[in-house]
Amino acid sequence: MSRSIDGQASASMQILQNQLKHNVRQYAMFIALIGIGIIFTVLTNGIFLSPRNLSNLLLQTSFIAILSVGMVLVIVGGHIDLSVGSIVGFTGAFAAILQVNYGYSTLTVVVLTLGLGAVIGVWQGFWIAYRLVPAFIVTLAGMLIFRGALIALTGGQTIAPLEPAFRAIGQGYIPRLFVNTEATSGFHDLSFIVALLAIAGFIFFEMKTRLRRKRHGFSNLPVPLFVAKIVAVAAMLWMFFSVMVNYRGIPYSIMILMALVLLFVYITNNTTFGRHVYAIGGNREAALLSGINIKRKTMAIFVIMGALSGLAGLVFTARLNSATASAGNLFELDTIAAVFIGGTSMRGGEGTIVGAIVGALVMASLNNGMGLMNVSSEYQLIVKGLILVLAVWFDISSRSNNA
Amino acid sequence: MSDHILEMKNIVKEFPGVRALDNVSFQVKPGEIHALVGENGAGKSTLIKVLSGVHPNGSYQGQIHVDGQEQRFLHIKDSENVGIAVIYQELGLVPQMSVVENLFLGAEKGRAYRIDWDVANTEALKYLKELRLDVSPKALIRNLGIGKQQLVEIAKALAKKARILVLDEPTAALNEQDSANLLSILRELRDRGVTCIYISHKLGEVLEIADTVTVLRDGKTIGTRDMHGPERLDEAGIVSLMVGRELTERFPRVEHTPGEVVLQVRDWSVQDPENSEKRIVDNVSFDVRKGEILGVAGLMGAGRTELMMSLFGAYGKRLSGTMLLNGQQLNIRSPLDAIRAGLAYVTEDRKGKGLVLGMDVRENTSLAALKYLSRFSIINRLEEIRRAEEYVKSLRIKTPSIEQKVKNLSGGNQQKVVLGKWMLTNPKVLILDEPTRGIDIGAKFEIYNIMNDLVEKGVCIVMISSELPEVLGMSDRVIVIHQGRLNGELHWSEATQEKTMLLATGGTEK
Ligand SMILES: Nc1ncnc2c1ncn2[C@@H]1O[C@H](COP(=O)(O)OP(=O)(O)OP(=O)(O)O)[C@@H](O)[C@H]1O
Ligand SMILES: [Mg+2]
Repeated sequence: MSRSIDGQASASMQILQNQLKHNVRQYAMFIALIGIGIIFTVLTNGIFLSPRNLSNLLLQTSFIAILSVGMVLVIVGGHIDLSVGSIVGFTGAFAAILQVNYGYSTLTVVVLTLGLGAVIGVWQGFWIAYRLVPAFIVTLAGMLIFRGALIALTGGQTIAPLEPAFRAIGQGYIPRLFVNTEATSGFHDLSFIVALLAIAGFIFFEMKTRLRRKRHGFSNLPVPLFVAKIVAVAAMLWMFFSVMVNYRGIPYSIMILMALVLLFVYITNNTTFGRHVYAIGGNREAALLSGINIKRKTMAIFVIMGALSGLAGLVFTARLNSATASAGNLFELDTIAAVFIGGTSMRGGEGTIVGAIVGALVMASLNNGMGLMNVSSEYQLIVKGLILVLAVWFDISSRSNNA
Repeated sequence: MSDHILEMKNIVKEFPGVRALDNVSFQVKPGEIHALVGENGAGKSTLIKVLSGVHPNGSYQGQIHVDGQEQRFLHIKDSENVGIAVIYQELGLVPQMSVVENLFLGAEKGRAYRIDWDVANTEALKYLKELRLDVSPKALIRNLGIGKQQLVEIAKALAKKARILVLDEPTAALNEQDSANLLSILRELRDRGVTCIYISHKLGEVLEIADTVTVLRDGKTIGTRDMHGPERLDEAGIVSLMVGRELTERFPRVEHTPGEVVLQVRDWSVQDPENSEKRIVDNVSFDVRKGEILGVAGLMGAGRTELMMSLFGAYGKRLSGTMLLNGQQLNIRSPLDAIRAGLAYVTEDRKGKGLVLGMDVRENTSLAALKYLSRFSIINRLEEIRRAEEYVKSLRIKTPSIEQKVKNLSGGNQQKVVLGKWMLTNPKVLILDEPTRGIDIGAKFEIYNIMNDLVEKGVCIVMISSELPEVLGMSDRVIVIHQGRLNGELHWSEATQEKTMLLATGGTEK
């Protein structure tokens, strides 16, 4: 009896080791994130972990994360987009001008701005998909064109202020329902409900997958490890949400981001479009012979990227409550870095949405932490550059080790 | 003991879910040609990767001795330093560079950082001459045929002073003439003292050239036989060691009764992408009938692949031609159109064009048929899994699960995945381009049976093959292509190797 338990335990250990060995990359991202958190907490005497700052950090993450979602598709499909920073600035200024100068309502502004992003995507997608100009070139050109257009549009002026409804997209929080309704801080009931739903949803989904895999005789984690995993992830989710539940609640921008993540995780895993994008990036010739319309899918990728850039433009402008000529500067670098840190392969065909979100958190934590420490911007750039190289080096070396 | 130049002892190599090598022992005598044979997935390529340091010391158990010395290779460089050179099926040459640049890549001639091109060229000429390879050292690799590229690889190995030359399926993509040439060169090298390890599924070649044969099955050594001694094996003997049973028939011919014409191709011409004056396919017309296998014979480079790819909407510029399917005119501009119309094309280049290597078996199997496995663009996962499992079972694909990435499958099993992928699209006309390249003899037989089943179900099959016995053994009718033109048609009962070769080389009947 005791021997069989021993045997089981050592088998579990073995599997745990294998799991760790073969999923180092995924765990490494989380470990890096936690490591960065610890370092900044120590260096800032705990300010980094204060609810106020964490809430701020999430707001800072949101627009890079929104861009990263689209950038995963772009890079998995074998392309790159260098223009997202300029498009964020341009669409943001467009939105601000519509509201400030022409008095359009927030809803109209949102619709038109997303539309503008999509149209820009059509423009770039046309050159990349149908005229076969490399994405690197087209979006490098786009980076210049839309930065120029932004400066022309704003005339170098700051455009402000926006209506409260618009500002809420980047600064607001979902409302409180029953408890503390008058307070601006403290237990937030609606956020609590959202958190519970998210955690329950996660557990339900894991169980369902496990049962399905079992039915097909696929390998599953042994029960103790499975339970450990569920508990660990649920705990992390809870930590993530508790920051918001106990402070001002979940920001609208994070709600938008979560919806996007769910949507795009679904798209990448369960739709023909998602599968086609991975196939095109993985082997273009094979994709072509399999009857995949590469041109159309490439166009779709860039339209999505454009629309998401427009969305990020809205969120960013709303957060600053103004549009300026320098808005969105270098966002493309943070975004691309986030995607690579999140384990997406440079050669295309491989990468996950969730990884990119973690990557975005890493980049935003670096920005936020160094900002708290008053590191000057030139050193911020140097540190971020070094981290990017290290992260991708680690990714590549762990990839070849278990090939 | 050390009358062996190479000894691998008790090698065990595991991948997640697979024990690829299970206590393999392998001994090679100096100056012999030692053939390594076995079914797809038996572990041949893995053994070679262990030997060459691709799988570094520590990732496997067991020992490697060269000249009686234990070796622990961590990199390919380490094994090259003791004189082991491996030539993989996917050649490792840089196509944009010249022969001489490739020959000395990484070991450039000259002092310090300056390359001495005179020395390099003279030496290159010497190696090329040894291999009776008549090309200029300045020729670009991409302009050479595959057979010559293969020889350049060998020259490169010799330039590195290789004493043990390992060739993994070197003739899989070669035509008969180039293969014969390669074999005779290997013999010469042996006579000069180079030891050669030779992996092939072409047992005829093995019998012709091997001094010793080692058979692997399921990751175990089944036996090593001296081909000059009393235990020498014949083809049937090797096969029965390989598959563990007797295989009496090579080609399961079934009498088909061809029905009405399904596919009609008329006056099909395609422009040569290299030279717009020329036609790579020139005015070809043929019919395919319901319930028959149409063989397409010809030499390599005759334009067969180009013809089929162009019918499938995936090749260059069509100059003329019409295609009718069941009497309906088809207007195919892309593979998507072709698949919709009911055509399927199994490419000869499975890694380059057939598979997404980083995807798993399930995703590759469903890739061309996602339309039928989805509603409103949403993939029906259960159905997808079910179909993938069905094909893994019916094609006997050797994989730990449908979640295995196809890059981790052995070559032959990858080929079966490509086949399954196209069967899943439920085609009316299935075009097979070298369907059994790199496939072991047992699996070939299975594929032939599958072809017969499909024909039974009313599918028409068009099969390009450069292996004459296969074309003659399986086809109901054979058309022969020579330099882009149709040069004759034979019914199977009248098709002989001689007649077919004559047509393939441009001769005319009688
Ligand atoms: N990197 C890998 N990861 C996982 N499994 C692998 C890997 N490489 C090989 N295998 C498995 O090891 C087994 C032996 O494969 P190997 O390529 O050595 O076969 P082979 O004898 O060369 O077959 P073929 O004649 O088809 O080329 C197969 O089951 C294969 O799926
Ligand atoms: Mg092999």
